[in-house]
Amino acid sequence: MEVVSILGEMKGKMKYDETELRLGIGLPGNSNKAVKNNSMHVSSGATNVNGKRGFVETTNVDLKLNLVSSKVESDELVDQVADSKEIKNLLGGAGSTDSVVKPPAKAQVVGWPPVRSSYRKNISSLNKAANKKGDEENEKVMSSPMGATFVKVSLDGAPYLRKVDLKMYKSYQELSDALGNMFNSFTIGNCGSQGMMDFMNESKLMDLLNNSDYVPTYEDKDGDWMLVGDVPWEMFVGSCKRLRIMKGAEAIGLAPRAMEKCKNRT
Amino acid sequence: MAYSFPEEVLEYVFSFINSDKDRNAVSLVCKSWYEIERWCRRRIFIGNCYAVSPGIMIRRFPEIRSVEIKGKPHFADFNLVPEGWGGYVYPWVIAMSRAYPWLEEIRLKRMVVSDECLELISKSFKNFKVLVMSSCEGFSTDGLASVAANCRNLKELDLRESEVEDLSGHWLSHFPDTCTSLVSLNIACLGSEVSFSALERLVSRCPNLRMLQLNRAVPLEKLPNLLRGAPQLAELGTGAYSAELRPELLSSLLDAFTGCKKLKGLSGFWDVVPAYLPAIYPVCHGLTSLNLSYATIQSPDISKLISQCQNLQRLWVLDYIEDGGLDILATTCKNLEELRVFPSDPYGVEQNVSLTEQGLVSVSEGCPKLQSVLYFCRRMSNASLVTIAQNRPNLIRFRLCIIEARATDYLTLEPLDAGFGAIVENCRELRRLSLSGLLTDRVFEYIGKHAKKLEMLSIAFAGDGDLGLHHVLSGCESLRKLEIRDSPFGDKALLANAAKLETMRSLWMSSCSVSYGACKLLGQRLPRLNVEVIDERGTPESRPESCHIEKLYIYRTVAGRRFDTPDFIWTVDEEGNAPLRIA
Repeated sequence: MEVVSILGEMKGKMKYDETELRLGIGLPGNSNKAVKNNSMHVSSGATNVNGKRGFVETTNVDLKLNLVSSKVESDELVDQVADSKEIKNLLGGAGSTDSVVKPPAKAQVVGWPPVRSSYRKNISSLNKAANKKGDEENEKVMSSPMGATFVKVSLDGAPYLRKVDLKMYKSYQELSDALGNMFNSFTIGNCGSQGMMDFMNESKLMDLLNNSDYVPTYEDKDGDWMLVGDVPWEMFVGSCKRLRIMKGAEAIGLAPRAMEKCKNRT
Repeated sequence: MAYSFPEEVLEYVFSFINSDKDRNAVSLVCKSWYEIERWCRRRIFIGNCYAVSPGIMIRRFPEIRSVEIKGKPHFADFNLVPEGWGGYVYPWVIAMSRAYPWLEEIRLKRMVVSDECLELISKSFKNFKVLVMSSCEGFSTDGLASVAANCRNLKELDLRESEVEDLSGHWLSHFPDTCTSLVSLNIACLGSEVSFSALERLVSRCPNLRMLQLNRAVPLEKLPNLLRGAPQLAELGTGAYSAELRPELLSSLLDAFTGCKKLKGLSGFWDVVPAYLPAIYPVCHGLTSLNLSYATIQSPDISKLISQCQNLQRLWVLDYIEDGGLDILATTCKNLEELRVFPSDPYGVEQNVSLTEQGLVSVSEGCPKLQSVLYFCRRMSNASLVTIAQNRPNLIRFRLCIIEARATDYLTLEPLDAGFGAIVENCRELRRLSLSGLLTDRVFEYIGKHAKKLEMLSIAFAGDGDLGLHHVLSGCESLRKLEIRDSPFGDKALLANAAKLETMRSLWMSSCSVSYGACKLLGQRLPRLNVEVIDERGTPESRPESCHIEKLYIYRTVAGRRFDTPDFIWTVDEEGNAPLRIA
């Protein structure tokens, strides 16, 4: 599998220490600096470090995606492995046409830095408002109701739910990263340059559903279950009531609607 | 002949003793003192709702008027405690509704409160006066409506950062016109607009209203009138502090604030437009508390404000204040006791503001009364920490969060052991400490050796192995709460210090190296501890005992194991088993 082998190569290059620490989430740590005793090693469910055979076998939620463009691939992997600048250099040619200049968001670790969720919710909406103000000091800032955009997230097979605040994220990619951290080495793949899931192409869609283990879906205001990525991000935030990451096979039933939309758009 | 002192006299004397510690000490003197004390205790604090049961509390203290209960572990604030963990206040309210008809005050923190609960509270206690819910959840504005409608003598309704299902703002209109008793109202966490005219009338008919914290939806234009209706306010939280620039609004605000001669605390300031800040200048000199943690204004504006607040004791601010603003703080506010600096962009990769360790060093130099610090920054050095420690040996709370996990000393690239070591060595009265940055077992050696008054310690991404934890558990004599995440601490330290756990309120460990086998041993050896394993992967019995568990919460209790745990929590019982639940 392409993804896993590239990861394997990178692991070799990065020389991460094996460690006892369990959750193989790429940390926003200082991998540029001296190797630390406890650096987390990147896991995509591959190496078993401490006898956790049960976990790897029973709840490996690795999403085996056919990542289509190599540019996107490198972004994905970069996100997974956090500290990205060195990695981008390592990948060299693969990422050279990358039009995104800013460093990708570091993989977010749950609960770090330790700011309260109520605080985060407030701050993120304030920052957005402040950015919109620009030079116009007297522009009345939109005070969108601070009602929580917390939605429950369930993963088929996991016994407990999570909650995410959709207003915390600006794009599907960010949401996907956050969910990935929560559910451990799970990625929603293939965001195009607008940050939208590439559902525009029928064959890509079928590939996604056929090849992946898990697919993110959501229930919208009308009570319909939709595939995540169908609509622009803002619209999604406004209409999503809850998220469910379901097995790909089950999501096939949702495909026809998405297909309809693809057809209507072309 | 036995010497006896009339009970009434003792009771009278005890009525002057209010601290829990003292009351507890009094009750241990002899049986008769125990009896007298328990009948006259009016106020009780329960730091862990599962450490004791409502029944036990009621049996021992039949005449309670004020209850404070805490539920979820602190790390729940950062999403580390899964949904459904527990902390339900309902069983307490049910029991108290029968046993304490004269209950006046309920204060809750991190508990799950339902609308039914709120309705029950509002109807069961005829003299109910104070409801404070800090970081609670599970209720909606309908529950608030019951409280507003039914509590005839309500003095305080404080929703501090709770997560409220905001169905509408109409609930506030349920306060009857006859309600004039309000002293404190905090609705800052609510999203939707409350009926403004109802609010205005409520505020103006409550002559004792001291504290009013509005929510963001209350527009700035409405503030002057509100203030004119309550010039006696001591604490105000504004709503959104922005509007189009209109001179008449500015002067109206200025006027209103000038009339608030008793104002000591200010907060709110969402969406703040700097042009309106001068309206609060008249009150700055008298302010002791200023919370700008939602004010996205830049350093020059913040500095201008602070330079007028010579009497400030407490400042909460965003890192927009920058080192420059902190310098001004250090020069101006010689009475400063508490400083909290929050990150404006906690998840950003790069530094967006010019705030470094220097700011904190300045404040530590300039503010001789500084005792409580919470500081988010992106770099730190051992040298600065040593300076801070030497400047401020009177620190009581020191919580430093260097945003990048495991960040080294940015000058020497070493771990920050020496810096934090200096803190604990110099600050002998330190009660609370949160660590960050790259730390080895060394720092824990220092902590165990010096931090004798430390009561609460928070550890993240730190240490090398069991020895670190061992230092803390064996050395910190006053330790009550220990919370650890993502650190390589495991079985040996826990088992070697098992008895210590009974002297503490609680221990939280997540993403560490604790095996299920060790949990079983702890559960067996220490029957007065609840050992709760939180694991998403199904029962720990289905994996080898050496397997590490995801999260662990251990707390002492006299109430035995709890029965409200969700599917993913297993309590190790006395036989050392975590029984499979019946589906």
